[in-house]
Amino acid sequence: MQKYIIRRILQFIPMLFLITVVVFGLAKAAPGDVLTGEMLDPNIPPEVYEIRREALGLNDPIYVQYWTWLASVSKADFGMSMQYSGRTVIELIQARIMNTLYLSLFALAITLAISIPIGIYSATKKYSLFDYGATTFAFLGLATPNFFAGLLAIYVFAFWLGWFPAQGTTTAIGLSGFELFLDKLRHLVLPGFTLGLASTAAYMRYMRTEILEVKGSDFIRTARAKGLSNQSVLYKHTLRNSLIPIITLLGLEFGTLLSGAIITERVFNYPGLGTLFINSITNRDYPVIMAINLILAITILIGNLLADIFYAVVDPRIRYD
Amino acid sequence: MKINKELLKVKGLKTHFFMDGKIAKAVDGVDFTLNKGETLAIVGESGSGKSITSLSIMRLIPSPPGKILDNSSIKLENRELLTLSEKDMRKVRGNEIGMIFQEPMTSLNPVFTIGNQIAETLIKHKKMKKKQANQRAVELLKVVGFARAEEIVHEYPHQLSGGMRQRAMIAIAMSCDPKLLIADEPTTALDVTIQSQILDLMIEMKEKFDSSILLITHDLGVVAEVADRVLVMYGGQIVEEAQVRDLFTKPMHPYTRGLLDSIPNLDTDVKRLKSIRGTVPPAHRFPEGCRFAPRCDHVMDQCTAANPELLQREESHKVRCYLYES
Repeated sequence: MQKYIIRRILQFIPMLFLITVVVFGLAKAAPGDVLTGEMLDPNIPPEVYEIRREALGLNDPIYVQYWTWLASVSKADFGMSMQYSGRTVIELIQARIMNTLYLSLFALAITLAISIPIGIYSATKKYSLFDYGATTFAFLGLATPNFFAGLLAIYVFAFWLGWFPAQGTTTAIGLSGFELFLDKLRHLVLPGFTLGLASTAAYMRYMRTEILEVKGSDFIRTARAKGLSNQSVLYKHTLRNSLIPIITLLGLEFGTLLSGAIITERVFNYPGLGTLFINSITNRDYPVIMAINLILAITILIGNLLADIFYAVVDPRIRYD
Repeated sequence: MKINKELLKVKGLKTHFFMDGKIAKAVDGVDFTLNKGETLAIVGESGSGKSITSLSIMRLIPSPPGKILDNSSIKLENRELLTLSEKDMRKVRGNEIGMIFQEPMTSLNPVFTIGNQIAETLIKHKKMKKKQANQRAVELLKVVGFARAEEIVHEYPHQLSGGMRQRAMIAIAMSCDPKLLIADEPTTALDVTIQSQILDLMIEMKEKFDSSILLITHDLGVVAEVADRVLVMYGGQIVEEAQVRDLFTKPMHPYTRGLLDSIPNLDTDVKRLKSIRGTVPPAHRFPEGCRFAPRCDHVMDQCTAANPELLQREESHKVRCYLYES
């Protein structure tokens, strides 16, 4: 197992290299650069921009620019932001990464807390009114795009009912301790549910399907023939087997959450990595784009690795040596 | 031997499946008695209702769509099983009746150790503590022939071969010292060499634990090897019931004769094996009259008019056929 993990981590290096090459190339393929937007000011002569371009290295050939970036990143230097002058990329990310982490974990917690019990209950009461209700909700949840669900949530719960704040991470300054925590939590509710919606719907369906599939297995018949109670058959024999594919999917969920967060944060004007990412893309702020991309790529790779490790933990048939 | 003391008495057992407005009469009026210490075999083709009979005894018929009809009766030592509460029935399953299945590869839960799966039954029925149950699991594994039982308890099903898994299944089934062991095609999925080992083990266990066996099989070779008495099932009903010797020396029902004729004989050289023409009718479309009539070489007018009764024709030999009306 240890050897396997080390081998997998070593494989990350060429993968990350390829990912950065592709993303850098794509980002550069988009027209314009960080100074394009400012060109409109007629009081500044175009030569000034040219000098700044030259200084930022934007006139170098693309492979030179990539190489310069790679060389500094390999020394853990992610450079300066081009849109927020005077601020390092690390600073910008540090200020926002925890917000995104809170949002993602909150969404994940909601997803698991809702989808697994409902999936189990749906499966045990197959074709009941509850099951049909859950199925309908699941298809609606899967079919509703993130941004639309977000807008709807803002309209109903923030604007109309006024239960939860529509944007940001905190309202008042000066809160501390538990009050601050509660306030932050209230701000997480709408974006969290929005972000978790599609996954909740999907996991509900996975859970239901898996339970039903495992229920038909020979070993469940054996368990019942042993005289075990329904609870024991469901929660021990069925659930443990049904969770195997779910746990595997959870590892892949990191990627879904982070990419979903980009849209959701935008809708709720939530100051996280997603908002920063979209701003960097529109402003062609390459150092920030690349750094956030690297974070996303590493998270997804680690998620995949964790999925494979969990898989071996829950299923004794899987061994990696 | 305590032979001839009734252990299990099944009367008028009807298990029907209600699907898409059709009624599949999978088991349709089965009567038999299993005596203490006896090995009773039920033989029949796929779809004859033999497995559904065994699952009905355990009350493990998936319901819906399956239902054991109201006038049926299954008595274990004079206690009616069909009217027991689900809770009381669970005390019968795995405790008074042990069961093993056809597919040893899939009948054990892949994510729990063998020891865990044996101990579970003991903890449930014998109220043992975990440690005590684990010790008993090791002993049981030794009894069913595992030399390295101490290691096997910690192993998972996928680490064992098919024959070993079936041994482990037998250990689970026998763990609570059941009065009856139901074996549903226990050797079908195994190699021929392993088959006879498992059959021998079952008989050994029956003697050792002073139990009885209800053996479900389609393999007449298995029947000849281990059974005392045989029921032949066709179309959800018993068509012949006999001592094992009588069944092989003087089979009466044309279906039984057909089955015996279709066993290849090593001494005579034939170009084609004999077979029974046609196929088993689906359980929702049994013919009027005798269910075997459409495939029978001796079919008479009365056969298609009404289904014959299962009647005693010779000593402990019953048959459901008009050929023996006299």
